[in-house]
Amino acid sequence: MNKLENDLKELGKKILLDKTVGKIIGYSYGTLAGKCVPVFIDKPEEAGKLTWNSFCDTNLARYIKKEIPKEGKIAIIAKGCTGRAITQLLIEKQFPREKLYILGINCAGTIDRRRIANELGSTEILEIIEKEDKILVKGTGFEKEFPRAEYLNYLCKVCKYPIPPIYDVLVGTKEPKGHIHDKYEDTLEFEKKTPDEKWAYFNETLKNCTRCYACREACPLCYCLECFCDQTQPSWFCKSAEHSEIAVFHLVRAMHLAGRCVACGDCNVVCPMGIDLIPITRKLEKIVKDRFDAEVGIDPSKPPSLSTFCIEDQEEFFEEEE
Amino acid sequence: MTTIETPIHITNELDHWEPKIITFLCNWCSYAGADLAGVSRIQYPPNIRIVRVPCSGRISPYYLLKSLQVGWDGVLISGCHPGDCHYLSGNLVARRRFAVLKDLLDFFGIEPGRVNFSWVSAAEGERFAKIVRKVVKKIQKLGPIKKLVKENPFQPNKCEAQ
Repeated sequence: MNKLENDLKELGKKILLDKTVGKIIGYSYGTLAGKCVPVFIDKPEEAGKLTWNSFCDTNLARYIKKEIPKEGKIAIIAKGCTGRAITQLLIEKQFPREKLYILGINCAGTIDRRRIANELGSTEILEIIEKEDKILVKGTGFEKEFPRAEYLNYLCKVCKYPIPPIYDVLVGTKEPKGHIHDKYEDTLEFEKKTPDEKWAYFNETLKNCTRCYACREACPLCYCLECFCDQTQPSWFCKSAEHSEIAVFHLVRAMHLAGRCVACGDCNVVCPMGIDLIPITRKLEKIVKDRFDAEVGIDPSKPPSLSTFCIEDQEEFFEEEE
Repeated sequence: MTTIETPIHITNELDHWEPKIITFLCNWCSYAGADLAGVSRIQYPPNIRIVRVPCSGRISPYYLLKSLQVGWDGVLISGCHPGDCHYLSGNLVARRRFAVLKDLLDFFGIEPGRVNFSWVSAAEGERFAKIVRKVVKKIQKLGPIKKLVKENPFQPNKCEAQ
């Protein structure tokens, strides 16, 4: 058991005992090997269930709105992207800051379990053990090692903020990760394609979408009481899995998250059909950075990019007379 | 009456394909600009149909996407020049939204040129006509819309028909 996890358990027990908080939202081991599930702990003796490892990929900020009490406080375990989502939710005034006790964690990135499972084919993974820089995967009659750094989620590889921008206590070290200069090479590469190639790519990737809305349900920033795709009066878009409807759903979802998406990649992790939603996430990040010179969920005093404006905004795409 | 859900079919005497373009104009500037173009008898192509909206900030991305989905070949959006908005900053907020939408549509592979934006004031009838001519020419070159079009868009489901 690592030191960070131990610290977390002790701290969790302490804050529940002295009634600083009434509940902790954290991670615990699930039934699948190499998959951690959210856990809600309100008894000090249960604090031992808390865990922290490279498989804690859920963004817990999703649960704050449902769990926040009328009186008292809740604690949440926040890695970098959870912290950014919390900041963004605070900017959007979704709950008061004093109701939340943030246990910050210096996150070293989460593992892309889907990629490992895909590479192993149909063999079932029975145990995953994390070593220093290796991931040891065990199953019936086999053992295989994967290099940790290579099998991180893509967004973790390019993550610049492993520590949440706001926190009450930081568990573990404050040691920053090496500097990452993100040039959006993947997005630039994609944009070199012709419109037809791009459309063909999205046709191909999105054709598997069953519109289960798992991406929406997992997203910490999708908190509307009635989503545009559930509306019936007026019903803007149909519920069918016809291709243009799927494309429109993903376009509007992206549109609604522009300037708000913190690029945690949870939509991608939860997709049951394995659709790669990372290009859209990255494009949103790039648009906000290039056009509005903003980064989401870093500065609590900045309004969301699309709720504000600047007189000098670029308008090169506007038509002029010939 | 023009609605988003009933694209018009235009053919000229030779029965050539002609683009059909839906235009969203803000009540205070661009609509008056289009009116001025008409009153001044300035000629511009008949391919456009106008939907009047209170402000360019009122235009939701749903309008554009729905229009393309049901088969309009192009969209033109026009509002007051920056700084002239009747509601002070509606067009400036809209400009950011349009910028994101434009980038996303390009990213998804919808041809640049299907969706067009412009600023036209109430005094610029000539400018409105010129922009319409330019946009029509652009969309004629692109041809009929193929991407994002829904199969069988003319049979709306029951809740839409209400």
